[in-house]
Amino acid sequence: MKTGLNHYLKTFILWELLIGLKLTGRYFFAKKITVQYPEEKTPQSYRFRGLHALRRYDNGEERCIACKLCEAVCPALAITIESEVHDDGSRRTTRYDIDLFKCIFCGFCEEACPVDSIVETRIFDYHFEKRGEQIMTKEKLLAIGDQHEAQIAADRELDAPYR
Amino acid sequence: MLELILTTWDALPEILQIVLKIVVIVVPIMLSVAYLTLAERKVIGYIQVRIGPNRVGPKGLLQPIADGLKLLMKEIIIPTNSNRYLFIAAPIIALAPALAAWAVIPFNAELLLSDLDAGLLYILALTSFGVYGIIIAGWASNSKYAFLGALRSAAQVVSYEIAMGFALVGVLLAAHSLNIRDIVEAQAGGVFHWFWLPLLPLFVVYFLAGVAETNRAPFDVAEGESEIVAGFHVEYSGMCFALFFLAEYANMILIAALTALMFLGGWYSPFPGLPVIGEPSIIWLFAKMSVFLFLFLWFRATFPRYRYDQIMRLGWKVFIPVTIVWLLVVAVAVLAELGPWFD
Repeated sequence: MKTGLNHYLKTFILWELLIGLKLTGRYFFAKKITVQYPEEKTPQSYRFRGLHALRRYDNGEERCIACKLCEAVCPALAITIESEVHDDGSRRTTRYDIDLFKCIFCGFCEEACPVDSIVETRIFDYHFEKRGEQIMTKEKLLAIGDQHEAQIAADRELDAPYR
Repeated sequence: MLELILTTWDALPEILQIVLKIVVIVVPIMLSVAYLTLAERKVIGYIQVRIGPNRVGPKGLLQPIADGLKLLMKEIIIPTNSNRYLFIAAPIIALAPALAAWAVIPFNAELLLSDLDAGLLYILALTSFGVYGIIIAGWASNSKYAFLGALRSAAQVVSYEIAMGFALVGVLLAAHSLNIRDIVEAQAGGVFHWFWLPLLPLFVVYFLAGVAETNRAPFDVAEGESEIVAGFHVEYSGMCFALFFLAEYANMILIAALTALMFLGGWYSPFPGLPVIGEPSIIWLFAKMSVFLFLFLWFRATFPRYRYDQIMRLGWKVFIPVTIVWLLVVAVAVLAELGPWFD
């Protein structure tokens, strides 16, 4: 009977609702966790899988040997490679396209690559303005690789013990 | 200078004087509405451990202006099978009563547009009139979601109108007047002279019914995003949508003002007798209104939406009986001339 009355009273004065208000009221004064994005950024792992890049050796030679392992492993069929044999007998790509609309950023291409040529960088904020811009051509990929080589190399170095 | 202004004022034709007086009230209300939307986003943001808008202007203070401009530029789409005239008229019908009700709101003992003796009745009539805008909007859109939203809000407003009316009857019993200024004057004195104490259940019922009346969370089934998309205003865009928004927020401010006036002694200071802060002032009225406006936002950030049958149960089986019982209590207290309120 006592609990019955108690329950009735609590229902009547909307006790549970007041508890809820107290909770949200406390959060009103809590420290805010917003990250002011362009000015502040959250930390990234060296394993971050963002925009792709193609790397070169220190002497400027392309690492990619057109073995097409990345093309084969790609679960989203996002990579298209065409190759030819150079006069010196080496095989090189003539076309290396990644369709970013198909890509799922799984990182398998990077893992499959025997020469650490295709890598995923830490870049994640980019956009396209025209149709077709989502196709990352060989030139674009190499340019990204050239631009961010220092960061890419440092990240591979850190990850090396676990490979 | 002052004399010059006064003589020019007297020289103006009466109609112009009235229009100017209306402008003096409506413009600050519109500004408050704009900044109430910002306050809402900020308060809800803070409660959700975010910081809310802070990009447009210093500390995000120009955000409402940016929002307003965006809505002004947008196209107003009129659905093919809608009733064109009612579709356009509905937002206006929603907004007009929300603004018209301010005519009888006294800001302090002298500052009021019209000293209407049946002020309370006028308020009751106009606050219920706002729902016509919603019902017409829902019907004229010729969309099932809008129509469902309109039906819901119609049923809800009818239910809560009764509780609200009874709560006002309590005030009227206590103050012996329908004139809002007289009601406030009857509460002259400190915190314990105000009507919130003897009319406590009515005070709570009035405010909650006000929340329901303005279709605010947790009573916002008329919008019910999760089940009926946006309810009565699904088909509205641009400035037509903005008018509904303005009406909702103007109504919130109105309810806050009325609650402050009728239960919390309006412009009277809670500490009479003290120098400066003990003086009755319009600032006290604004402070009290702010508390209620904050409550509106706090509720919205806290409570999930009531289920429809729960709303009906609360309205008919809790609020109305509570108000009726308490009316008897108030009547007895008034007869017994219970101090310090009714002597």
